[in-house]
Amino acid sequence: MSIEARDTEAPSLEQAVAGVPEESPTNPGAGGASRPRTRSRWQRMKREWQMYVFIVPGVAFFLLFAYVPLAGNVVAFQDYSAFRGVFDSQWVGLQNFANLFTDDEVLRAVVNTLVISFLQIVFAFPAPIILALFLNSLLGERIKRIIQTVVYLPHFISWVIVIAIWQKILGGAGPIAQLFDMIGVEGVNLMTNPETFKILLVSQVIWKDVGWGTIIFFAAISSIPTELYESAATDGAGSWRRMWHITLPGLVPVISLLLILTVGNVLTVGFEQLLLQQPAVGANAAQVLDTFVYFRGIAGGDWGLSAAAGLLKGVIATILVIFANRIAKRLGTGGIY
Amino acid sequence: MAVIDQIARPDVTGRAARRSRGAPSGRPPWMDRPSPTMQALKVVVIAVIVLVMLYPFLYVIMFSFADGRSVTSGQLFPTSFSTAAYESIFAGGVVTRSLMVTAGITIVGTLLSLLFTSMLAYGLTRTRDVPFSKGAMVLVLCTMFFGAGIIPNYLLIKELGLLDSYWALILPGLISAFNMIVMRNFFMELPQELLESARIDGASEFRIFGSIVLPLSKAVLAVIALFYAVGYWNSFFNALLYINDTTKWPIQLVLNQYVVQGNAMSDLQAPDRPAPPAQTVQMAIVVVATVPILIVYPFAQRFFTKGVLTGAIKLSLIPIRRCRRYSSQNAEPPTKAPAP
Repeated sequence: MSIEARDTEAPSLEQAVAGVPEESPTNPGAGGASRPRTRSRWQRMKREWQMYVFIVPGVAFFLLFAYVPLAGNVVAFQDYSAFRGVFDSQWVGLQNFANLFTDDEVLRAVVNTLVISFLQIVFAFPAPIILALFLNSLLGERIKRIIQTVVYLPHFISWVIVIAIWQKILGGAGPIAQLFDMIGVEGVNLMTNPETFKILLVSQVIWKDVGWGTIIFFAAISSIPTELYESAATDGAGSWRRMWHITLPGLVPVISLLLILTVGNVLTVGFEQLLLQQPAVGANAAQVLDTFVYFRGIAGGDWGLSAAAGLLKGVIATILVIFANRIAKRLGTGGIY
Repeated sequence: MAVIDQIARPDVTGRAARRSRGAPSGRPPWMDRPSPTMQALKVVVIAVIVLVMLYPFLYVIMFSFADGRSVTSGQLFPTSFSTAAYESIFAGGVVTRSLMVTAGITIVGTLLSLLFTSMLAYGLTRTRDVPFSKGAMVLVLCTMFFGAGIIPNYLLIKELGLLDSYWALILPGLISAFNMIVMRNFFMELPQELLESARIDGASEFRIFGSIVLPLSKAVLAVIALFYAVGYWNSFFNALLYINDTTKWPIQLVLNQYVVQGNAMSDLQAPDRPAPPAQTVQMAIVVVATVPILIVYPFAQRFFTKGVLTGAIKLSLIPIRRCRRYSSQNAEPPTKAPAP
């Protein structure tokens, strides 16, 4: 199944006439014909020196800020002290990793991470699909646009602002608490309640990103041929049946791909979101792997242990993602790319 | 299959954009008329969605202009009006300073990011005849699916001596691999004959880049600029990690300190007048941190329906496949579908 990245509008004329280029990751028409490839690599490099002016700064950036820090993970095998630095700290082998497994807080962080991920998959994952189906059922283009504008908006707001706003609405002084007050339940503060915290997290994620998440489903819906709907309608299928038998099956490849990738990301849950709210609800409810690394390492000074936690998490997460991609490919949902 | 290659298809003629204005709306002839109950239900759902999404913003904006009594009385709409909160935060204290810091970082960062991202994107458009550029492409793509982790990144910034420097807020995110690829795909969809004839006429690559490629790519530059600007404006964690000096705090850290964590704001108030209530001051800080985004948002919205965004979102799903595909790719001839 392939899903075309078509606009919500009709494809442009150029596209229709020229045909969609199938795989064309290399540059069509540039060089190639006019420049024979028989010269040596060195000669070609000399001739194209200008291109390296474009390439080198960017590559240097990625080497320095993405690859060099990888080496910094050696701290995980050290009893690192900020005073001595990376080069003079004492090597302790796998001691930090061994300590991880006897640390109760690590266990708690792992459990919290997995529980939150699970809740996200069950509740936050289907939300954009439902919203996309609903918006798709609206007939007026203008009203659809307006709602899209509204629901995309929170995506661009930082987590700090989102949580500040939610505090004002749901916190102890906000209108919701006042409402509870009026019916006789005093002191309700949904922002600091550890028992309901995970529900709160999921609601925040839905509020912030449900609209943004619909974009990909819209793209998939718009690639379903209209003739299918037309002939189904002629055969007497109502709008629910058309949704169930045409739209949803059309979305299955995207949904399964996204689901697999989401599952591959189970170890990563909204870091800033949790970091910001942990002081309010306590570590019991809000400690996840990433926040553990921050609080124990940067804030607490236990560098070696938290670097070990970060490294272990990073390695497992990368393996999971690669594995998830494999499955996605195996299931034949590769059509999205 | 080749969805990705349609990303950010440049609309050189603007024809598609013009046509979209006449987009048909309403019910196609074969579709049955929805029942009145159904329609009423839809209206209710729409109202709920809009309310849930917008009321929180409205609430904070409205009550930032109220006085203390309105906030604590449980009103849904304030009955008083006061600008005391804004006067106190714009009196030259922490908030004013942090807004200027954030604005500076956003402007400088966005410009530098655009420059370096577009340069790299252009540099990597000719993987076929520039040696090692394919290797560079793989190197960049692979960064999309691993990160070194918090501690090693912190150590790098520390070793570079950038702690407490504004550069620590700009440099680590200077180029996003994702944005770079969106831009590169856009550049590759430009009419290559144009670039090639400029090359034959003896134009340097710098000239081609500056006089042909960039002017034709305004749409994608605008979108990427927006992504970067929003990112710099919203950047919180890097600042939390790298900036200890409170006089250098960007607005998001100030928000965290005084609003989310609710610490006292003694240094915010002008000494010569009674302090406005903390609640309204907090809301005013939220408003000033949100307004710039609300201002640029409508401009960006125009691009959301274009392929730029759809393709970009899809691209974000697939770093690994791309990474592998490029690394296993040989210099195959382009397989562009033949024109009829």
